[in-house]
Amino acid sequence: MARMKLRKLEEYLQGVDGFEQPKILLEQYPTPPHIAACMAHHMQAQHGDIEGRLVGDLGCGCGMLSIASTLLGAQLTVGFELDGDAVDTFRSNVVEMELPNVDCVRADVLQLAGSKWEKSFDTVVMNPPFGTKHNAGMDMRFLEVALHLANTSVYSLHKTSTRAYIQKKAQEWGARGSVIAELRYNIDASYKFHKHKSKDIEVDFWRFDISEEWK
Amino acid sequence: MKLSTYNFLTSMAIKGVKVGFPLKLTIIKKDVVESEFNPTFVERILPKLDWTAVYGAAQVAELTEDIPAVQPENIGENEVLLQKLHHLLFEIDVLEGQLECPETGRVFPITDGIPNMLLNEDEV
Repeated sequence: MARMKLRKLEEYLQGVDGFEQPKILLEQYPTPPHIAACMAHHMQAQHGDIEGRLVGDLGCGCGMLSIASTLLGAQLTVGFELDGDAVDTFRSNVVEMELPNVDCVRADVLQLAGSKWEKSFDTVVMNPPFGTKHNAGMDMRFLEVALHLANTSVYSLHKTSTRAYIQKKAQEWGARGSVIAELRYNIDASYKFHKHKSKDIEVDFWRFDISEEWK
Repeated sequence: MKLSTYNFLTSMAIKGVKVGFPLKLTIIKKDVVESEFNPTFVERILPKLDWTAVYGAAQVAELTEDIPAVQPENIGENEVLLQKLHHLLFEIDVLEGQLECPETGRVFPITDGIPNMLLNEDEV
């Protein structure tokens, strides 16, 4: 597959359906198409981490990052998601866009470490729940699982305010973390408790290197 | 669900289950989705494959003529077999069916192409 241009990728991703009724407990914020396109494009253009690779997407929701990876030529992308409504939307997105090489498994991400998925993915990408409301530290639990499942690199989004802590934990877990970009993550007024119509939060886009070379 | 994904699924999260693999696969409805053949990638995924599960999947998908029961050596040099593996692993899409835990008999349904591996709280 010839490599898709960034703008084209974003155009395709704008056609991906999101959560019909976002669930607060699961922190279902969709990954905006622009951010997903930039993430996937960087992963492939700078590191060659997508094309021909086995890619995992933890907490994949409706499949924005899985679909972005598939469009950039991943050999197989497997998304994992707890929520039944989200996996249904994932599937209809994949069917509608007629994409091969992308699967969705309904499962609890936190139960995947130590399974046969351990070290099976070349690349893991995720937009984890930030773990702010009722599930503090959830993004870190996702990150720990991701570092177990990947054998080369993990890409993830985390709140900028937690940067120093993430750097320290990553090191403990045997990964070399680097912040690729600072994003202004726009969360639309998805939920009633957001007082403002639209709210930006500061988010870091991370790459964690777990390949043998840097150790 | 692609059969490459099937190769990695276990029921080991169930309390008391030791291995939980391979899961017993039943296919009620499947589709064939064309995907680009990449011999290098099939070769790279070989060490991650459990041949028992792969052959088991080939039996259920009625493709045993293509896949030998015992993993041959030097598959990398056998482009015909790599192509057949590619078809089995990446082009067969199980739409409806089920996966059964070999130790407890717990059934995981595959609905609309998605295996549901979620467990109830009292099972973990």
